[in-house]
Parts: sequence; C-alpha cells; structure tokens
Amino acid sequence: MGLQGHAAVVGVADFKNERKYTGQRKFHLEQWAELTRMAIQDAGLSKQDIDGLCCASIPESSMFAPATIAEYLGLNVNFAEMVDLGGASSVSMIWRAAAAIEMGICEAVVCAAPGLPIPSNPNRKPRDPTRLFGSTSALWGSPQTEFDVPYGNVAQNAGYALIAQRYAASYGYDERALAKIAVDQRTNAQGNPNAVFYGEPISIDDVLQSKMIATPLHILEIVMPCAGGNAVVVVSDRLARKCKHRPVYVTGCGEHLTTRSVTYAEDMTVTPVGPAAASAFAMSGKAPKDVDVLEAYDCYTITVLLTIEDSGFCNKGEGTTFVNENDLTFKGSFPVNTHGGQLGAGQAAGMAGGMSQPVEGVRQIMARADGRQVANCNTALITGTGGIMSEQSAIILEGA
Amino acid sequence: MDFPRPLPVPTPTSEPFWSGIKNGQVTLQQCDDCSAWVFYPRSHCNHCLSPNLTWKPVSGKGTLYTFTVARRPTAPQFADEIPQLIVVVELEQGVRMNSLMVNIIPEELSVGMAVKPVFHQQDGATLLYFEPA
Repeated sequence: MGLQGHAAVVGVADFKNERKYTGQRKFHLEQWAELTRMAIQDAGLSKQDIDGLCCASIPESSMFAPATIAEYLGLNVNFAEMVDLGGASSVSMIWRAAAAIEMGICEAVVCAAPGLPIPSNPNRKPRDPTRLFGSTSALWGSPQTEFDVPYGNVAQNAGYALIAQRYAASYGYDERALAKIAVDQRTNAQGNPNAVFYGEPISIDDVLQSKMIATPLHILEIVMPCAGGNAVVVVSDRLARKCKHRPVYVTGCGEHLTTRSVTYAEDMTVTPVGPAAASAFAMSGKAPKDVDVLEAYDCYTITVLLTIEDSGFCNKGEGTTFVNENDLTFKGSFPVNTHGGQLGAGQAAGMAGGMSQPVEGVRQIMARADGRQVANCNTALITGTGGIMSEQSAIILEGA
Repeated sequence: MDFPRPLPVPTPTSEPFWSGIKNGQVTLQQCDDCSAWVFYPRSHCNHCLSPNLTWKPVSGKGTLYTFTVARRPTAPQFADEIPQLIVVVELEQGVRMNSLMVNIIPEELSVGMAVKPVFHQQDGATLLYFEPA
C-alpha cells in the first residue's frame, strides 16, 4: 500500500523572491501560465504532456479554480485538485499528484503556487477591516471569529508564540539554539542569489537583539513576506525517463490535522508533523538517519525545532541540544533549509512559501543547487505546515 | 482609519455561554452520554458526536496553559492594548480557551499559575478575561 515510487518530480520553476516587487503585476492565472511554461521547459516536456493540475485557491475565482486554470492555459486534464491546507498545501499537492499518477489516471501534473502581487483593481472596494486578521476567519459562525478574534489571538505570530512559551515551560528554552536555526538558515541563503537576505548574514546576537514581537519570538525568528512563486511538475516513470534531469521520486507521504486553533490541540508541543513524517518514512522504507537534507516548513524558528523533534531526528525535548550539536548549513552535519528556508530566502505570498521547500529538495537531489549544494544528496524529507500547526504534511523524495 | 474592536456575535448554539458571561457566570456544555466537557459551544460532543449536551455552571477557575506578551499589535484593532497579554487557560474541567490576562504585569505571568475569571465589560459586550487567583 501507499506510494510505490513510480512518480517523480522532473522540473521546477521559480520567480525571484523580492521584498519590494519591481516587475509587472500579474494575476494568478497569468503566473500559473508562466510558471507552467518554465517548469515544463525545465523538465524537457511539452504542454501536450500535461494532463493534471494541483492548485490552491486563486484570487480571480473563489470557486472552480482548477477549471479556470485549465481553460486559461489550454490544458486538457484528467486530474484536478484544489488543496486548502495553508502552508502545507504545496507538499500535499505533490503527494496527491503522485498518487493520481500511480493510480494511472494521469501522467504529468503541474503543481504551482503563484505569489507575485496582482494588479490593483481600478474599482477597488473600501478595505474590509476583517481582512486585517490575516488568515484568521472573521466570518460569523466561525469558532475563530467568536473565540479567538475577540481576545486578539489572530493571525500567526501570537499562536506560534503560545506554542513556544508552552514548549519553554515543558522542556526549557535555549533561546540561543532557537536563534541558531535562523542564523544557519541565513548562512544557507548566502548561497542562494534568489533569497531576499542574500548578502546579509546574521549572528545569534543579531537575532536575540532584534525586536521582540510576541514573547519569546523575535522578528528575526519570523518569516519575511515577499513576492515570488514557484512550481513543480510531477510525472510518471515512463515520462520521467524522457526528461532532462535526474528524476526525483516521491516515495513516501503523510498528512495530519486535528485543530484549526492550536489552543485546542491535545498537547501544543506535539505537532501534526509526527504522524505525517512517520507515514512518509514507513511508506518509503526510509528512516531519519537516511535523510541527507531536511527542507522543513519554517514560518518560525519554533516550527523547525518541533519538526526536527517530531519527525524523529531526536527525542522530544532534545531539539535545542540537537541544534547546538549540529551544523544546519548545507556544508554541515544536518543540512536544513538549504535555500535559506522562508526565514532566509523570504516567504513568497499565497502558498508559494511552502512550495520553496519541495523545489529546493528537488534541486538538491538533482545536484543543481549551485553555491549551496549538499554533497551526495539522494534523500530528502520535505514538510509543510499550515495555519497555527493546524495541518502538516510530509514527503520523502529520492533520486533515481 | 479607526477600526472597531472585534466583539463576539453569539450564534443560536453559543448564546447560553455569552448570556452566562454577561450575568457573571461561566457555563460549559457537558455531554449527557460520555460526560465530556465541551468548549467552545457546539451542537455535538467533539468526543462522541452525541447531540445531547447540557449547559452547566462551573467555577471558571483554572490554570495558565500558556501565554504570550504581544509587543506589537496582533491586528490594528488592538493597537491601544499593547502589550496584549494573550493567554490560553485550561479550566478545572480540562477544556481550554483563549483569553486575555488582567491585573498582572507581564513579568509575573507563568505557565501553570492559578487563574480566576474576570467579567470584562467592552463596548457593551462582556468578555471572559482572567486574573491571578
């Protein structure tokens, strides 16, 4: 049961991450077209090969996103999926694509995550103040609207700070180890010219002296939003053999979610990536010790720490010791987020931040990671995280 | 631009909770079939999916499960409440809820401390805040 490893990522595409976007604004449909063009060209495929797509919601159409995308790009698809798992959407798109391919209903699926600014509507409506709560729902009847929002527990920072504070009370809190995660990833970003913090390394003291946003989280432990966007194309074994690069097979996957608001999680410090990664490892027949690179969703430093623990790289509560004992850079003993992660490279808008991790894992295994290449990289664990640890997914990628 | 502070708008299911708070009484739903306490208010028990839930008065006492001191407003609507002492309280019945702590300085917040309810008047509504017990 499970994925048999007969579907592979064969092409990737990304827009350069920019804090201040200087190019022409584009609708998501237009970005989908460009990302798809770039990804299939990267793979050595043609448009006619594409017969599936996985997307997140698009601003141009609140319903029927897949059909709208297919129509705009002129695609005939046998598999279409819109994934609504926040930052976990991209990783979850990829395993859904692999599963559909292994079922035999399609052979080549584009998974894309546009994140460039869209054109300004000349007939813009007055700003809806409830949009200021970020991804927190402000609609009547939503439990969040009624029991999170009135107490100011809105958007992401407070929720992850609550998790970090609970972790501190349960296991102790080595703030220098948490800061080291941001520092090592920033070092990785120095090998990635597309990173927003390329050319700007930082130290542990820089992190700890940066502005406190919500205790214990400093601003340098929080992602920097930016413009960007990226895509992958996942294909069957048969097509993979025709492509230009080393195929990167999806050999395991998992997904887990139980709460939207982390307030109600059974234990706030035990995250959904545990069951997700366990499923991915079991399916692929791999173990944490086999992983050459971890590309872990990193909205905050605490997310990376808990992903390292709950994916099984160390025991619960020993994450900070593990971080202190390992060099997390691409040259180090345990490479994490070799592109800089979203902390070092920027979190492109929409769902694009979460696509940066699989794209980087693929580049590493294809040996196309240029100035940040991990030597002999064959196996990667990629994770995605949505909401406030609301949902997490994991895939194992392996080179052919 | 001035943004009104968001306040709860009770639903038919949650109305007993908010009217209890207005009267200075914390009430929770308990499942008639599996005895589990349920929060936030629901139509069905989130432990056994029984539709048989009964509202019961409780002390409102609990402990601080976790907290954060937000030094930057979590949304513009909270700009004049900095620092926000955002907390998660675990009531004696085991259920958890979001709230804000009052009558304490940030440095004295600690996970596990005993807390008791404060019925906080806010723009004509009553919110359930907590203070040290």
